[in-house]
Amino acid sequence: MAGLMSGFGCFTHAVMRAAPRSLARDALRSGGQEVDLLKVQEEHEEYASVLKHRLGLEVLELPADEAMPDCVFVEDAAVVCGDTALVSRPGAPSRRRETEAMKSALTELGLNVVEMTDESATLEGGDVLFTGREFFVGLSKRTNQRGAEILADTFKDYAVSTVPVQGALHLKSFCSMAGPGLIAIGSSEAAQKALKIMQQMSDHKYDKLTLPDDSAANCIYMNLPGKGDVLLHCTPEEFPESAKVFEKLKDHMLIPVTNQEKAKVDGGLTCCSVLINKKKNI
Amino acid sequence: MAVLSSGRPLVLRVPGVMTTEVGSETDVKKEPEKVPEVQQHTEQPDKPADSTASASSDPPQEESRSAEAGSDQEATASPEPSSPPAAGGQKKDKGISRFLPPWLKRQKSQSQDKPGESAAPPKQESEEVVKEDQEETSQPKEQEEDGGGAEHSEEVKEAREEVQPEEKEKDEEKSIGSADTQPVREEKEGESEVKESDEKEENEEEKKEEEEKEEQQVVQQEASVPSTLKLNKKMKMVVCHVTLLDGSQFSCEVEKRAKGQYLFFQVCDHLNLLEKDYFGLSFKDNAEQRCWLDPTKEIKRQTRNSQWQFSFSVKFYPPDPSQLTEDITRYLLCLQLRQDIASGRLPCSFVTHALLGSYTLQAELGDHDPEEHRLDYISDFQFAPNQTKELEEKVVELHKSHRGMTPAQADAQFLENAKKLSMYGVDLHHAKDSEGVDIMLGVCANGLLIYKDRLRINRFAWPKILKISYKRSNFYIKIRPGEAEQFESTVGFKLPNHKAAKRVWKVCVEHHTFFRLVSPEQPTKTKFLTLGSKFRYSGRTQAQTRQASSLIDRPAPYFQRTSSKRISRSLDGAPVVNVSDYSQAAGAGENGPALELNSDSKSPQVEVVEKPNADAATSIASETAFETDDASERKSKLRVQGENIYVRHSNLMLEDLDKTQEDVLKHQASISELKRSFMEATPEPRPSQWDKRLTGSPATSLRLQAQGSLEEELTSLFLSKACFSGLAGSCSTAAAPAEASQGSAQPEVPQKSPPHPGTDSRDASQSTEVKPEVNGQPEVVEVVEETVVIEEVVKAKPKSPVPEASFTIETEVKEERSLSSDSESEEEAEYHAQPPSTSVSVQQIKEEPEEEQEAVLTQQAPPPAIESQPSAEAAEPEPAAEEEKAAQPREEEHTDEPPLTPDEAPNGHAPQHQAPPTPQTAAAEEEEPLIVNGSASRLETDHLPQVICCSEPPVVKTEMVTISDTFAAQKTEISTKEVPIVHTETKTITYEAAQLDGNGDGEPGVLMTAQTITSESLCTTTTTHITKTLKGGLSETRIEKRIVITGDSDIDHDQALAQAIKEAKEQHPDMSVTRVVVHKETELAEDDD
Repeated sequence: MAGLMSGFGCFTHAVMRAAPRSLARDALRSGGQEVDLLKVQEEHEEYASVLKHRLGLEVLELPADEAMPDCVFVEDAAVVCGDTALVSRPGAPSRRRETEAMKSALTELGLNVVEMTDESATLEGGDVLFTGREFFVGLSKRTNQRGAEILADTFKDYAVSTVPVQGALHLKSFCSMAGPGLIAIGSSEAAQKALKIMQQMSDHKYDKLTLPDDSAANCIYMNLPGKGDVLLHCTPEEFPESAKVFEKLKDHMLIPVTNQEKAKVDGGLTCCSVLINKKKNI
Repeated sequence: MAVLSSGRPLVLRVPGVMTTEVGSETDVKKEPEKVPEVQQHTEQPDKPADSTASASSDPPQEESRSAEAGSDQEATASPEPSSPPAAGGQKKDKGISRFLPPWLKRQKSQSQDKPGESAAPPKQESEEVVKEDQEETSQPKEQEEDGGGAEHSEEVKEAREEVQPEEKEKDEEKSIGSADTQPVREEKEGESEVKESDEKEENEEEKKEEEEKEEQQVVQQEASVPSTLKLNKKMKMVVCHVTLLDGSQFSCEVEKRAKGQYLFFQVCDHLNLLEKDYFGLSFKDNAEQRCWLDPTKEIKRQTRNSQWQFSFSVKFYPPDPSQLTEDITRYLLCLQLRQDIASGRLPCSFVTHALLGSYTLQAELGDHDPEEHRLDYISDFQFAPNQTKELEEKVVELHKSHRGMTPAQADAQFLENAKKLSMYGVDLHHAKDSEGVDIMLGVCANGLLIYKDRLRINRFAWPKILKISYKRSNFYIKIRPGEAEQFESTVGFKLPNHKAAKRVWKVCVEHHTFFRLVSPEQPTKTKFLTLGSKFRYSGRTQAQTRQASSLIDRPAPYFQRTSSKRISRSLDGAPVVNVSDYSQAAGAGENGPALELNSDSKSPQVEVVEKPNADAATSIASETAFETDDASERKSKLRVQGENIYVRHSNLMLEDLDKTQEDVLKHQASISELKRSFMEATPEPRPSQWDKRLTGSPATSLRLQAQGSLEEELTSLFLSKACFSGLAGSCSTAAAPAEASQGSAQPEVPQKSPPHPGTDSRDASQSTEVKPEVNGQPEVVEVVEETVVIEEVVKAKPKSPVPEASFTIETEVKEERSLSSDSESEEEAEYHAQPPSTSVSVQQIKEEPEEEQEAVLTQQAPPPAIESQPSAEAAEPEPAAEEEKAAQPREEEHTDEPPLTPDEAPNGHAPQHQAPPTPQTAAAEEEEPLIVNGSASRLETDHLPQVICCSEPPVVKTEMVTISDTFAAQKTEISTKEVPIVHTETKTITYEAAQLDGNGDGEPGVLMTAQTITSESLCTTTTTHITKTLKGGLSETRIEKRIVITGDSDIDHDQALAQAIKEAKEQHPDMSVTRVVVHKETELAEDDD
């Protein structure tokens, strides 16, 4: 840690979790679409491969648990910032136990693990947008005020602002960070409204990258040594218009990653990994 | 007059600031200032207002000076007293001093006492004057005292004179050239020692004097009031205990009636602190609540029953500590933050606690020494509210990694990390929201934060806040409506009690002023009327203190880090031996600047009023007339403005509503017609057009280059709705007005004729907008104007594969309000937030590019509509009157609604001007005279052509036009001088001129704040510039909206434009639309080729 809030996008490790067979049938979804498990697993492997081989991250892959059909979406189970990890309490009761494996994994990685024990609190990582300077927590069906408070207690250095989320599962269903100070945002009314709120709540100025498709606004930004700005984003096959927008980011290493199948169960790119920076630069 | 006066004070201030830093020199400075001032006075012999008048109200700077001068004359008869130093000066100057205005004398005295605060006290005093008038009975006594005091002062002077002669010379130099002040200081430092004793005496006297002044509330009188009286009386001394940031105690004796400022400066001197504006003294009131000691008020009145026990602490946390000039300042900030962290006020994570703690160790102990530093070596330090062994170990671990870091570096690192903490510099107050839910109000540099538990649930940046007020235990903020919102809203919070509400309010006022304004808001003249708190932040703003700090030129001061007693080696060099000298000097220096400010603020308004009226009324635009109705009327009006602005607006709104539909339709029709005409019109070779324009405007050639392929505005429509409270009913659409305005304006135009190339409408307009704001604009109290300038820029690039057409709609909404936000009883008070000025240009520049980018991303324009706009361009730009004329006829044809009739308005108002007996009117008048004296030409320069060019569909008032002219002239002048880029400016200027109309005073205002907000929707980008200028105690808020509609020909521009206008009206229901300019820019293939 060269200092507070430095090194946004620097990651050394990633925690992932394999997709259980039960995902195809039992995973929560808003669309009610059929999911091809094989395709999900293919996507998952591609994803892991990019992190491991293309980007050189150390990927810790947790085994799937058939009792937890949504367990592949590890992002919701924990929020990691710096050396501190907050193990969340997912709003969906069926997902509560996903945190157990996550907690042990994070502990194993040497992080300062904080658990959300309050029975009244719910929080899923998909509702947590960390911009490098502050947190925005979406208040959704899965995340409540109390959960946000605990997050604020856990990461005291940062401002934590709440953003009502409507018409989407998670806050990050339509936005994410596409670079330092750059927010990728969908074009839907809900997304734009949320962005306005975030802009009003923040002391910092953010640029925005507006994407025609809300789902495409969920991307993964990293800043890796030797590679510079890296952006994992949607493929042209899924969102041709949005992909064009990403392609205008000339300074980024752009890596399209397929997410077609997981999207059917409301999974975005960010959902499938918890990124960790274990280097201690202090 | 106004121009001159305002201008001079500013200039003086700068030097003053310099001098203030110098410190001990104050006495000397005063003298030098006096000399120059004397000259001024000679110039203004007319003005010497009645002492009584001056007492009643102080017009800004010059006026005050003149008034003071008058008083001085009187004073000379009855010695001035106030400050012994002044007396010294007087002796030397005696011959001259008699002629010199009293205010000069004052400055001297004030400078010594109140360096930093000087600006504020005058304001307050003036404000107080009104209230205190009731109390004025005491005045006669004072005068008597003055007589006695004068004698004393003379004696004192003599004693001092011996020492001072050299100093005086030096001081004079300083006063003349601010830049020189520092070097002079050094020289003076030696002198300062000698003088110190004198200064002390003086300070005491000054304090007394100040107190007296407050009581008496007559500034002039105050000046005249001799300190001698005090000397005569036995001074009751009180011992003050101040807890310093390092935990040590500082005690000093203070005269019982001393003001907070005196004690504060004593402490700062003790600490050898120059950058003191970030700090303050606080005390616990009877309810154990921490209160800030108001430097401008007597200590005893604030502490009441509580003990004279204070804490020295950081009041304004600098957002970027690295911009502080001196290490000692950073060190003190570090000490404060360590306290904040240890107490839990500034929450941080474990890691941050450890990191900050390690920097603390490095700064205090130096490199980690394994032998000397065992684990318990840090037990004396508290790094966190709950310090654990684990934390200490971590701190030590990190401490080891800082090897080689100097204390100053470690402090800097500490601050670099601490400043990023989300609660850094946030002053929290418990409150409840409208539903009774417990929340916290956090006041910080950027605005007001609302927390529920630890979560930020809302944030109101200063630019978003129109007004801050409190009533009983309620605290209110009036919020500027967002894009999607139609009405401004008021948010109320319930505080535990009245005191708490007032405390929050004060903190907000102070933070807003310090961080957002360039200079402190001047006291509102309207205060006379209001009973509410007149409290304003009187110290220097961050901008001012930074400027002052940049002039600090002393060797890095020596200071001890208490915990380790380690001598701080600043990176700059070795510790300085002459600590005491420096400190004194510093204090004095600060005082100096403050004094200057005070003088400005204090200047009695009344005198000014008397003089100028006739001249101003006649020569100057009728704007003032509007403002100055009968005195009685004015008062009532002022009240209305201060408190009932909303009502007025609502009236306006009603008018608008009545007309809206029709007007809108008309607008649309006119716009569409214009469009068509442009479309149809055979595109002239642009060069020719340009040439024409160029002939009109000098800068043309440059513009042409800059413009490049861009095309100019097709049409400019001014929808100016001038709403005056009185006039509102009279609003009518006059067909001819525009022409009339032209006629009057045109002659003038050539002079100024700033080139207004229409080419880069965006850039130019933006730049121009900014400039006017920066310059400072006069404000008409009563007149509330909103200017909506809508520019449509249609860019068509035929050849380019993807041609784009863009509409730029600029909507300018001007709101002129009386600054007097203060209101009612002490139970309640208002404060109108003003936007900041300085940074505007930068922001705008930044924003523009963003817009473009966005446009590209969101809308990749479909097939371009190729439109040739040759003729249209000319319309707005002032440069060629001919062009404008040409444009007008077109517009008129299209638009059924007649343009404004400038003449009528002015006439109607003019009579009013002359009438004004009341102080308020005086203020307004003051502005006028200034204009007349200084710059008649400016007024003339106004860009009438612009006005002409625009067809005004809705109700246009001639009044507005005249006003705008004056403004434009002022702005144009400024812009030309200040702005490097002529081309864009020119264009902009035109707009501004039209926009400016409302101001009319002709006096240059002081730009208080300016902000730019950019928002986007699918095909429109809205850039909102909000500026608040202070003029003669009146504040004007001007909102200029630029709406850029970008898109292909497919887009219904008319509809978009109509919608934009509609939205603008909705968003600012309390403002009136004064102008709408529509620019269409079409990028033609021809151009490109």
